[in-house]
Amino acid sequence: MSKHIKVALIGNPNTGKTSLFNQLTGLNQKVGNYPGVTVDKKQGFCKLSDKNAAIITDLPGTYSINPTSIDESIVLKTLLSAQGDEKPDVIVVVADVENLKRNLLLFSQIQDIEIPTILALNMADQMQRKGIVIDVNNLEKELQTKVVLISARNNEGINEVKTAIENYETLKTDANFKEISDKIDASYFDELQNVSTCFSSYKLWMMLTKKHFSLLSENEKAALNLFDKDVSKQKKYQHQETIYRYQKINSILKKTYKVDVSKATDLRSKLDKVFTHKIFGYVFFFGLLLLIFQSIFDWASTPMDLIDGLFANIAELTKAKLPGGKLTDLLTDGIIPGIGGVIIFIPQIAILFLFIAILEETGYMSRVVFLMDKIMRKFGMSGKSVIPLISGTACAIPAIMATRTISSWKERLITILVTPFTTCSARLPVYAILIALIIPDTKIFGILNLQGLTLLALYVLGFGAAILSAYILHKTLKIKNTSFFVMEMPNYKLPSAKNIIFDVLEKTKAFVFGAGKIILAISIVLWFLASHGPSSFKNVEKNVTENVVNKQLSAAELSQKIASAKLENSYIGIAGKTIEPLVKPLGYDWKIGIGLIASFAAREVFIGTLATIYSVENDDEDISTIKQKMASEINPNTGEKRFNFATGMSLLLFYAFAMQCMATLAIVKRETKSWKWPMIQLIGMGILAYLSAFAAYQILN
Amino acid sequence: MNSIATLQIGERGIISEESLDIIPLKLLEMGCLPGTEVALLQIAPLKDPIYICVNGSHLAIRKETARKIVITKI
Repeated sequence: MSKHIKVALIGNPNTGKTSLFNQLTGLNQKVGNYPGVTVDKKQGFCKLSDKNAAIITDLPGTYSINPTSIDESIVLKTLLSAQGDEKPDVIVVVADVENLKRNLLLFSQIQDIEIPTILALNMADQMQRKGIVIDVNNLEKELQTKVVLISARNNEGINEVKTAIENYETLKTDANFKEISDKIDASYFDELQNVSTCFSSYKLWMMLTKKHFSLLSENEKAALNLFDKDVSKQKKYQHQETIYRYQKINSILKKTYKVDVSKATDLRSKLDKVFTHKIFGYVFFFGLLLLIFQSIFDWASTPMDLIDGLFANIAELTKAKLPGGKLTDLLTDGIIPGIGGVIIFIPQIAILFLFIAILEETGYMSRVVFLMDKIMRKFGMSGKSVIPLISGTACAIPAIMATRTISSWKERLITILVTPFTTCSARLPVYAILIALIIPDTKIFGILNLQGLTLLALYVLGFGAAILSAYILHKTLKIKNTSFFVMEMPNYKLPSAKNIIFDVLEKTKAFVFGAGKIILAISIVLWFLASHGPSSFKNVEKNVTENVVNKQLSAAELSQKIASAKLENSYIGIAGKTIEPLVKPLGYDWKIGIGLIASFAAREVFIGTLATIYSVENDDEDISTIKQKMASEINPNTGEKRFNFATGMSLLLFYAFAMQCMATLAIVKRETKSWKWPMIQLIGMGILAYLSAFAAYQILN
Repeated sequence: MNSIATLQIGERGIISEESLDIIPLKLLEMGCLPGTEVALLQIAPLKDPIYICVNGSHLAIRKETARKIVITKI
C-alpha cells in the first residue's frame, strides 16, 4: 500500500509559498478549519511518484515562530501540539533568494523543533538578474538539510521538491538550540529541561513563552509555571535568542551567499516614488477605487440579471413539474429563492476579490496601507482597515474576515464594528426601487441625473457613518494597545494568473458555503413563518373565497387575494402587525414592517417580500410592476400615497444604517469570539437607524 | 539623540546596541538588529508611517516605534 507523507509548507509572506502549494497540488485542494479557531486550513493532495503521495498543508505566512496574529499562531500550534495524525512528517520552508537572511531565521526556528525540514529557495530564476550567487552544496552542509532551488511560478524545481519530500527520512533532525541556549544562560535552560522528559528544552521554551501548556501533565505545568514568574527575563532571552540566530545565519551566508549590488535594479524605488507620491499616489488610488466600483456595478449587472432570471425559472419549473404540497412549496418558495439569494452575489464578490487579489499579488496593496495609515489612525483604525472598508461595498462578510491582518486588537475591532455601514450590494436593490419611487428622474445642471446623485449620496452617507462611528468608538473604547504596526513592503511583481484564479475561487467558495448557509437557513425560516400561522390561518382560503363569491373575479385575481390574506394571517403577518405601533412613527405600516423583519435574511429580500405582500404575481417579477404596485399603494389614514417622499427617505435612511444582516452578525460573533460586539452593533446601529428614520419622516411629512 | 525617526529620506544610520531591549521582538526578527545599517527610503505624504530598509528587509513602521530606536547617523 502506498504511503501518504504529511507535509507542512511554511514560509514568510510574499515568498511564493502559495505558488508552490498550487504547483504541487493543482486543484486537489480543500479548505477546512482548524479546531477552535477561524483560520482556514488549506490542504492538498500531491502524487510524488508511482509509490508515494503526500498530503500537503499550507500554513499561514509568518515571519517567525513567535506569533503576533491569529493566523501566525496556527503555525506554532500545528508544530508544537501536533500529535499522531496532525504531526507533519516533514516540513518544507519556502524562502525567497533575495531575502534569504530573514527567511533563514524562520528556518532555524523551525529546524529546532526536530522535524525533518527541507529548504526550498524560491525565485531562483531571478538570481542571475539580481546578481545573486548561492553555493547550494555548502549551504546544505551548513544547514544540515536538503536545499532545493525552485521557481514556483515557472514550475521549475517542483520535481526536486517532490523527490526531497519522498526521501525525508534521510534528513537529520539534530536541534541546534543547545548551542544558542548555552550562550544565553546555560543553567536557566538546563533547569527548563528538567521540567519534562517528554519534550526538548526548545519545545518547553516555546510552550513557556507562548503560554501553551495544554500538552503537559499537572506536575509539569506547575514546574513550568515557576519559570513563568519572570516575564522580563523571558523577553530578554527571546531577544538574545534572535540575535544569536542571526549571528549564526550571517556566518553561514558569508560562506555561501554572494550578491553583486551593482546589478540590483531600481524599479522598486522608482515605482515607490510614484505610488507613494503625495499627490499622484492618492490620485492613482482613488482612480483605482472608481474603476473597482464601476466594474462591480457594470460588469456584474448582466450575470446578476441572468442568475435572477434563472432561479425564477427553476422555481417556476419545479412548481409546474412537482405535485403541489408543503414540500414543493418549501422547495419553490423557500429553498430555491434562498439559494438564488446567495448565488446572485457571486458576480460582484468574485470581481471584487479579483481586484483585491491582483492588488495584493503585485505588491501595490502595501503602498495603499502606507498612504492611508495616518488618516485611518485619526479614526482609530489602521492603514490595513482600507481593504475591509473597500470589500464592504460588495459584502460585509468577507470584509470582516479580511480584518485579520490588523495586529492591533482595538484597530481591528473598530474596523469590524464599522464595516457594516458601508453600502453593501444587498442594499442596492432596495435603494434602487425606493429612489425610483420618490426621486424624480430629472437632470440637474443638464448632465447630472438626480436619481444617480441620490445613490451616490447614500454611498457617501455609508462611508461617512463608518468613519464617524469609528471616531466615536476610538474616543470611547478603553482598550490598551499593546501591539505595534509593522508591515513588509514587498517587491513589485507581475501577478500570476494561476494564483489569482485560485485565490478568487477559494474566497468565493468560502463566502458561498459560509454566509450562504446562514442566508439559506433564514430564508427557509422566513418561508415557514410566512406560510404558516395559528389556527385561524387554515380558514383563510375558505373565508376569502366566500367573501368574494358575488364579485366577478378572475382566477388569478382570486389567488392573489388569497395569497395576500394568507400572509396577513401568517406568523410573520402577525409579527408585522405587532411591530406596527413601533414603526408607525417612521411612516411605515405593518406590510413594510414585515419587509423589515424579512430583511434580516438579507436586505434585498425586502423587495421580494413586498412583492408578495402587494400580491404581485410571483411569476411576473418585472420591477416596473412591483414599482407600480408600490407607487399605487395608498395610506388609508391620510388618503395619500404610501410611498411618499417622507416615508421613502425614512426607509432609505433606515436601510443605510440598520444592521439587518444575520449572516454578518454571525461572522462578527465568530471573529470577536463573543456575542457582546454583534449585540452592540445590532442595537447601536438599530438605534441610529430608528432615530434618523424617525427624524426624516417627522420633518418631511 | 538620533533615532530612526530623525533620519531624512536617503539618510542612513547604524542601530545602537542599547536599543536591543527596546526594539519589539517582531521587528528584531524581521531584521531590525542592533549594529546593522538602516536606511530611510520614504516618508508617507502625511509624515507617518515611514518606509525603511534594514538588513535587506523593506519595512513600513510608524513614527512612534521609530522614535524609540536609537541610531548613529552615517
